[in-house]
Amino acid sequence: MTRSPLWLSGLSIGFLVLWLAVAAVPFLWTLWGSFKVEADFFSKQDWRFALQGIRTIAETGAAFTGAGYEGAWVKEEFWRATINTAIITFSVVAISLTLGTLGGYALARSGFRYAFWILIIALVFRAMPHITLVSGYLLPFFQMNIWGHLSTTIIVMVAINQPFTLWMLHSFFLNIPKDLDESAMVDGCTRFQAFRHVIIPVMWPGVITTGLFSFLLAYNDFALTALLLTEENQTMVPKISGFLGNAQEQGNVMYAVSAVVSATAPLFVLVLFFQRQIVSGLTAGAVKG
Amino acid sequence: MPHRTFLTFIWPSALAMLLFIALPVLSVGIQSLHIEHEQIVQTVKNCGPFGCKEVDIVDAEATALLQKEQPLGRFNGLGTYANRNHLAVEEISAAWQAGGGVGSFVDTLLNLPFYKALAFTLTYTFVVTPLVLLLGFFIALAVNRLPGLMKGPTIFVSLLPMIVTPLIGSLILFWMIDAKGVIGGSLQLIFDNPDLSLKASPTLTWVTLIVYGVWHSAPFAFVVFYAGLQTVPKDTLESAMIDGATRWQRVRHVILPHLAPLLVFIALIQLMDNFRVFEPIVGFNAEANATSLSWIIYNDLRGSDGTMLFSSAAATSMLTIIGVCILLAPVVMRTWRDNRQRA
Repeated sequence: MTRSPLWLSGLSIGFLVLWLAVAAVPFLWTLWGSFKVEADFFSKQDWRFALQGIRTIAETGAAFTGAGYEGAWVKEEFWRATINTAIITFSVVAISLTLGTLGGYALARSGFRYAFWILIIALVFRAMPHITLVSGYLLPFFQMNIWGHLSTTIIVMVAINQPFTLWMLHSFFLNIPKDLDESAMVDGCTRFQAFRHVIIPVMWPGVITTGLFSFLLAYNDFALTALLLTEENQTMVPKISGFLGNAQEQGNVMYAVSAVVSATAPLFVLVLFFQRQIVSGLTAGAVKG
Repeated sequence: MPHRTFLTFIWPSALAMLLFIALPVLSVGIQSLHIEHEQIVQTVKNCGPFGCKEVDIVDAEATALLQKEQPLGRFNGLGTYANRNHLAVEEISAAWQAGGGVGSFVDTLLNLPFYKALAFTLTYTFVVTPLVLLLGFFIALAVNRLPGLMKGPTIFVSLLPMIVTPLIGSLILFWMIDAKGVIGGSLQLIFDNPDLSLKASPTLTWVTLIVYGVWHSAPFAFVVFYAGLQTVPKDTLESAMIDGATRWQRVRHVILPHLAPLLVFIALIQLMDNFRVFEPIVGFNAEANATSLSWIIYNDLRGSDGTMLFSSAAATSMLTIIGVCILLAPVVMRTWRDNRQRA
């Protein structure tokens, strides 16, 4: 390869630095600002107030304050929403992976035309905006008296998650050679025994990757959780949007800022540990075309 | 795999999709043909110290009973679809007959809630998607030139805008561009205009939402393109170089054709995801200037005007689903043709 001209390297590096700033600075700024008072983070006079914390020092005596976090977690009981989010995301990931592995395996090994059509229907389902389905749920759920429970939301999310899970696991199972389970069946295993003893031990990379995306879907959801849960069952995201509703009261905006930082932190940890799996998951669908 | 085994493996997943995706679509369809009951009004004589008056009062008990007997409401045919809040058939034909040129017709159209939402949804979808492809491609090219040690951290930072919850991501940006936030405040200072606000004008609101959309989705395109760049055949690149192709010609004639299938994949996913744009409108508090199809359904269901408008939401949902089908039709047709050729 020839060395590239200096201007091109410069341009490329400059562009990248600009992009990284655009990608990262909003998060750093909000993290920093969440330890200030509202008059600093939303300073009318000078944005540098947020850096130096002039009002924060005037109001609280120190350059950093945890008042926003205290208000959100203790006064507004954000911990309750955190527990709800934990219950929902854990259950959704566990159930959708169980159903998805079985279904994805069947689709990858079927060989009949209808398997292809199931995948196409799943694609159409995947494209449907979630909120259109919610308008179909609400009235029946009210009638059956199952609206507002965590378990209802979990089942709904599992179902909405299925099309994506099926596609993803289907393409992972296609990558596992057919000979593996077929030779087990030649040796006298039934299909289930072959799945249990031969496929399950080798499927974990694909399952973990798919699980990450199921986690993100459940964790990031707003449309379903905002409309399907009662106030005390609310998860973090609708809870944060609730903070904004009564933002007129002094200080409440900072509750929302601290809650936003708290809810983003687990996602950072997730990317930190699973970057490789996320990247491979995003490309898995693409490589198949 | 025999049909029986296939069925035993797939039924839990298929049942879940049937019950919570296919049936709800059906339920939405039926709901959209009905409309809420009118309240039952009774005329009663109200006698006080100053004589008797006839007053109309709502018979809450009878209304509740009727509601209980027929929860769907009364049959309305396609009435909900045609009314002012949806396809607005009357308003449009009136505006068409009134004449006044294309400009005034478009003005009328964009003042109707459904068409206003549709206009933003389509603009958002078809502006954000190509920009995401472009930005993602250039980031991928730039990252690919970095020395190995730098790649990991760069990818980590680049993934953040995509991984963050959409509502939270839009709030983080909103707080910065707010008139009192760091960017909004600085812009006011630079342009010396204390009234400058990204929320005030519809154009600026649209631009802000589109910028958010590109920021949020570019990492996805970047990651897919970056993975594709790792598999570009080295020999072809080298022979192109020997043949005297410039740097740009190599990108244009070797790398781009190699990435074409990925481009189609990203475009498809992006079209689906951008068409359902919803959270940023809530996060940016932008509903005065920009609404989307998903947002008007949410607004009906939230019951912000006191009652939940199930039928209105259902009609908009059906129209949205039809929109999704139109959007996907070319893809499905192509896949079907490919599949038939292969079979």
